[in-house]
Amino acid sequence: MIWSRRNILSLSAPDRLMGWMLLCGAVTAAMVVLLILLFLAVESWPLLMNTSGVRFFTDPSWNPGEGLYNLAPMLSGTLYAAGGAVLLATPLGIASALFILFYAPSLAANIYQRLVELLAGIPSVVYGFWGLTTLVPLVNQWRPPGASLLAGILVLMLMILPTIVLTAQAALLAVPREYFHNAAALGMSRWGTLWGVILPAAKTGIAAGIMLATGRAIGETMAVLMVTGNVVQMPTSLFDPIRTLTANIALEMAYAVHDHRAALFVSGLALMLLIMILSGIAGWLFKNHNA
Amino acid sequence: MRDRLSRWVIYLIAFFVSATFIWIVSDLIHGGITHVSWDFLVDPPRNAGRAGGIAPILVSTGLILLVALIVALPLGWMTATFLAEFVPAHSSFGSAVRYSLQVLAGVPSIVFGLFGNAFFSIYLGMGFSILSGGLTLAYMLLPILVSTAEAGLRAVPETYRLSAAALGMSRTATLFHLLLPAAAPSLAAGLLLGIGRAAAETAALLFTSGYVDRMPDSLLDSGRALAIHIFDLSMNVAGGDSSAHASAVVLIVALLLINMLAMRLTVGWQRRRIVSE
Amino acid sequence: MASEGMANNIYTLGPMQAGPPCCEPEPLIQVQEFSLRYGIKTALSEVTLDIYRGCITALIGPSGCGKTSFLSSINRLTDMIPGCKTGGRIFIDGRDIHDPLNNLQVLRRQIGMVFQKPTPFPLSIYRNIEVPLYEHGIRARTEVRAIIEQVLQDVGLWDEVHDRLHSPALSLSGGQQQRLCIARALALRPRILLMDEPCSALDPIASGIVEDLISRLRGRYTIVIVTHNLAQARRIANYAAFFWIKGHAGQLVEFGQCQQIFESPVHELTAAYVSGARG
Repeated sequence: MIWSRRNILSLSAPDRLMGWMLLCGAVTAAMVVLLILLFLAVESWPLLMNTSGVRFFTDPSWNPGEGLYNLAPMLSGTLYAAGGAVLLATPLGIASALFILFYAPSLAANIYQRLVELLAGIPSVVYGFWGLTTLVPLVNQWRPPGASLLAGILVLMLMILPTIVLTAQAALLAVPREYFHNAAALGMSRWGTLWGVILPAAKTGIAAGIMLATGRAIGETMAVLMVTGNVVQMPTSLFDPIRTLTANIALEMAYAVHDHRAALFVSGLALMLLIMILSGIAGWLFKNHNA
Repeated sequence: MRDRLSRWVIYLIAFFVSATFIWIVSDLIHGGITHVSWDFLVDPPRNAGRAGGIAPILVSTGLILLVALIVALPLGWMTATFLAEFVPAHSSFGSAVRYSLQVLAGVPSIVFGLFGNAFFSIYLGMGFSILSGGLTLAYMLLPILVSTAEAGLRAVPETYRLSAAALGMSRTATLFHLLLPAAAPSLAAGLLLGIGRAAAETAALLFTSGYVDRMPDSLLDSGRALAIHIFDLSMNVAGGDSSAHASAVVLIVALLLINMLAMRLTVGWQRRRIVSE
Repeated sequence: MASEGMANNIYTLGPMQAGPPCCEPEPLIQVQEFSLRYGIKTALSEVTLDIYRGCITALIGPSGCGKTSFLSSINRLTDMIPGCKTGGRIFIDGRDIHDPLNNLQVLRRQIGMVFQKPTPFPLSIYRNIEVPLYEHGIRARTEVRAIIEQVLQDVGLWDEVHDRLHSPALSLSGGQQQRLCIARALALRPRILLMDEPCSALDPIASGIVEDLISRLRGRYTIVIVTHNLAQARRIANYAAFFWIKGHAGQLVEFGQCQQIFESPVHELTAAYVSGARG
């Protein structure tokens, strides 16, 4: 028996033309990421060629005027700020999702959900501005100078909270309702059910959301730039000013030339790779969650 | 006992988050509302933005948005149509494109700024201009436009495609007569979300469209976006806070309206689908 | 497309007449050892039968025996299902439908199809018929309007909707929607009508109206209809083909005149099925 496959052949001539045009569009769209990687690599190349990668961690300081490119303080600033924000936002976000789904009366749940979505729509420069005019003076009253790691953590926390709430909510909704009924039939309390049955069942989805949120926190520029003081140093306390990788790029791009410019592109490339790893993990978790 | 405690904690957290939201919004409105007026919207800035209005900045923002949408909409919708209608759902090509767009969605905006500066401003020689800022934003908007449009097209019932094919209609005709009109609400919602995203953007525009706050003469002029105006006033201009507050109010009100419209579209669309079933 | 010559034949017929009760056995569709599979799963194996011009042929048998797959192979709608492969040949008027030189759109224009659930497009009643006509090059407004009126009268919908042609098709009742879908298929002047359980999603009254309509189309169109309703098959069909599942794949068990299949079936499976003992 000869089996024939005719799915592709069934397109008529104008359809095939249309298909080709759309294919070109799709390929162009898919190439954008590669184009970005290519240009980041090309711009970083002069520095990457002439120096060993270790120098970005072993140089005595960040002082582009003298050819010193230690990125470690900025990297640690980024990690501390993003890490702190995620640590704070995770419990708040999960609790908010539980509030919407299991605790609040429906009107309150609706309003709260809207509010979280609106929170997600506030631009980062506005968060930064609010942090600068309200949060920084408050921290300053407590422990000067105010513009600090702490202020950065708090602003970032607010910014990534919606991501965690909305993804956790989706993950919790995906848990079959029968679990809840079964647990109730076993006489478990509400919190016992949530903590012992529902949350574990949703944990991969929630973890994927946290990964996404971490990516956002690491990539955020304007808000942290405006509230963290931008001093290049290893922070020793929550109240020290810091400078993140992203803020460093935004501050110095305007006047950077030659190797200095290349160093900024190296940090951009590093950020991009970090984000790609995180979104890769998130994608993998989402897939496993659905499976 | 533990049940009661956890309930209180969760209510407290929800209250805390809501209170913070109200705090932020009321702070901004309180600081800016007295400064917002019709004159503020139609006057040029004076004294580095401390006084005067934001007219040229609104125009620049609008032009940047326009450039971004003119480029991103066709490209994004073409990609979505190809993914939804011309390749099988789980084909490897489709997955590759989707993965690439997913990565693009995660790229930090400052990295887009670096890229835009290197590619559009320098390599293609556009300099600091509305054009290079708009093109950079176009790339940023692609993922959201593609994913909303693809979801919209996939939600169109398969029976439309089958019965159109049985009537001997070509895929192209089916697409234009049936599928795109049926998916229009989600296309519109994606469009609005994209506008919201673009209007809020700052970091990607710092080194592409630049800071100049004059009224732009052409697309090759540098133009200052509203978000950058807020940033510049609050960080670099002593005494610019009240203007910054007012600009923030304008930006937030515009974004709230756009977001609410997008939500209404998606909700209304779902309701209509349910009614028609 | 040859719309001028044919227009006289069909659109000036006036009120529809039923065709002759049984027609001269001249095959229009010849199916030879036709098989179909989805991926590695065979849905239909080695079907051979002739479908006669101007007659109503009913495909009967239990669910999942490949009747619908067979039906949508005739207008190659199965091409749209990923992973679907076919073997064997189907001829219409002596031409192989899988011939790569065939234009698929022209083929499908000659073969109307009506689905189980009514599938009007989310457009107005008028646009539902106008869009496919436009696609096939019939664009003159007066001609389009005449065709729409004619086909709506053919399906008995004109009196019900002539004053609201521009209201949404989805506002019609289920039976009206199904008749609109039949009218939409008729507007393209097909030679063959494929119907996939056209009455099963309708209430009994609407179902009766559609069934009457189908018998009135006899003689003018060659109709292939899938139905689960044996009484219906018996009422309207000239020929019946009985499908059964053998080893996970659908097969044609018996084909013959309707009366013979129901009253003196040759195969014991057919006898069991039509008497209600199995299936």
